[in-house]
Amino acid sequence: MNQKSNNVISSTQAADVIDCRADFPALDQKINDHPLVYLDSAASSQQPASVIDAVRAYQRHDHANVHRGVHTLSHRATEAFEGARDKVQAFINASSRNEIIFTRGTTESINLVSQSFCRPFLKPGKKIVITHLEHHSNIVPWQLLCEQTGAELLVAPIDDKGQVQSDELIALLDESVQLLAIAHVSNALGSVLPVKKLIDAAHSMDIPVLVDGAQAVPHLPVDVLDLDCDFYAFSGHKMFGPTGIGVLYAKEALLENMPPYQGGGDMILEVRFDGTTFNELPYKFEAGTPNISGAVGLGAAVDYLTTIGMARVAEHEHKTLLYMASRLADVEDIRLIGTADEKASVQSFMLGDIHPHDLGTILDHQGIAIRTGHHCAMPVMDFYGVPGTARASLAVYNTTDDIDRLIDSLQTARKIFG
Amino acid sequence: MDRSAQPNDELRDLYRELILDHARSPRHFGKLADSSHEAEGINPLCGDKLKLYFRVGDGDIIEDAKFEGSGCAISVASASLLTDTVIGLTTSQAMDYFTAVNNLLTGDGSGTAADRPHVNLSKLRALQGVREFPSRVKCATLAWHGMNSAMRNQKIPVSTE
Repeated sequence: MNQKSNNVISSTQAADVIDCRADFPALDQKINDHPLVYLDSAASSQQPASVIDAVRAYQRHDHANVHRGVHTLSHRATEAFEGARDKVQAFINASSRNEIIFTRGTTESINLVSQSFCRPFLKPGKKIVITHLEHHSNIVPWQLLCEQTGAELLVAPIDDKGQVQSDELIALLDESVQLLAIAHVSNALGSVLPVKKLIDAAHSMDIPVLVDGAQAVPHLPVDVLDLDCDFYAFSGHKMFGPTGIGVLYAKEALLENMPPYQGGGDMILEVRFDGTTFNELPYKFEAGTPNISGAVGLGAAVDYLTTIGMARVAEHEHKTLLYMASRLADVEDIRLIGTADEKASVQSFMLGDIHPHDLGTILDHQGIAIRTGHHCAMPVMDFYGVPGTARASLAVYNTTDDIDRLIDSLQTARKIFG
Repeated sequence: MDRSAQPNDELRDLYRELILDHARSPRHFGKLADSSHEAEGINPLCGDKLKLYFRVGDGDIIEDAKFEGSGCAISVASASLLTDTVIGLTTSQAMDYFTAVNNLLTGDGSGTAADRPHVNLSKLRALQGVREFPSRVKCATLAWHGMNSAMRNQKIPVSTE
């Protein structure tokens, strides 16, 4: 079943301007009588027709349970599901398909590492290190784990621009640290962390590293071999795929030695009441019937991004982000939050004394979707002393026209509150 | 070049001058040291957080009311209007206002309570712009549910999310 994108990605190679808005059916609508401008992809991205069609084709023609039947549909479903795994492997340059575990999303991927990799070895005196800019999904699993084991959670600071300073983080590392867990890109601030440098530093002390890549994979080329990270977690729905499907990449040698995360069907070789033997990788970590259609959609999303090329995606978004940041900076009374030197996709801001939710309502009324609130990163909000921010986040389908609409709408908000 | 659109009627209706005035200069803002009834209203997804204080004296009369906290213009203005309204009322009259405001914002919109002629919503009607903005109704009702909780001496924070 080849669900490779067959819709046209119309791009002008010469100027390398990517114009793929037409590939996304949901973008072609009016919201409150205005053409939709979608600037909330950091929360969840829209899906191209190729992804929607792949899921639909699977559901209409190929669905059965995987890894079970001898019948044709089960075979097709297995091929589609495992084919998606191969696509993901190639996309992030993993060494082996055994290193690609399908999960419900980044959150489950991180919880899996927390409970299966860390918990058996954690005890009082041991430490987990994270940073101040993490999403709650890379904070709370570690807090739970530390409560369960008596271990300690250390938090590396950020500076006023929203950057993690490598030397301050590295200063927290010693032989008592069992894991370093860091975002690749901050969801609230857009900061790109120097992950390769941090991984090298941690490895020099034999500390394994988990990278939360939820906000990186849709925007930057990610090569897990080059990074040499031990774990890399990401979600399908932020990279043009469906919700409810995500990935944990983990080095095979680590997975081999980790106990299963959940018990159930599919993850066993043999079950007897006097003992059960577990299935081989990656199935040891995929208990129960998986999200097959979600994986098919994720595979189609990988195809879509691969066809454009992640280097081009990154370049296009970088230009658009610079344009957005400079136009926003010119708006009177604006305060940009998150001004790291290296950024991707995201710009948080406050406009005068207008509460972010009032701003969100006014923008929505003009067809512009942004996120307002704490972005599941309350410690970041505390750091900047704000209850929440307005956040505009980009994907490859956004253009400078979208930014112009955003700026016009912010001026309207200033009129209302003026 | 200013290409921004003039705000349309629905937005103007939501952010009326009275609402913006109460949001910018909330009345009865602060802590009430000798309160007899208190409640917290928290909408965690929004980040709206209000604490309401009431001092109920002889004859079940609300002698004073105050609030503190932070939130959007709608939630702060609503809390400010609430405190303005209920001071001097009996607790039972205040609860009639709770019912009427709920009706105004989420019910048939009349804001009336036929058997309660003392309820006169007057400036509280400024809140009714939220009816066109379903995602913002919770902001306008937070303080009112807080008052309901305070009068019932419920100890857990309320949320309208």
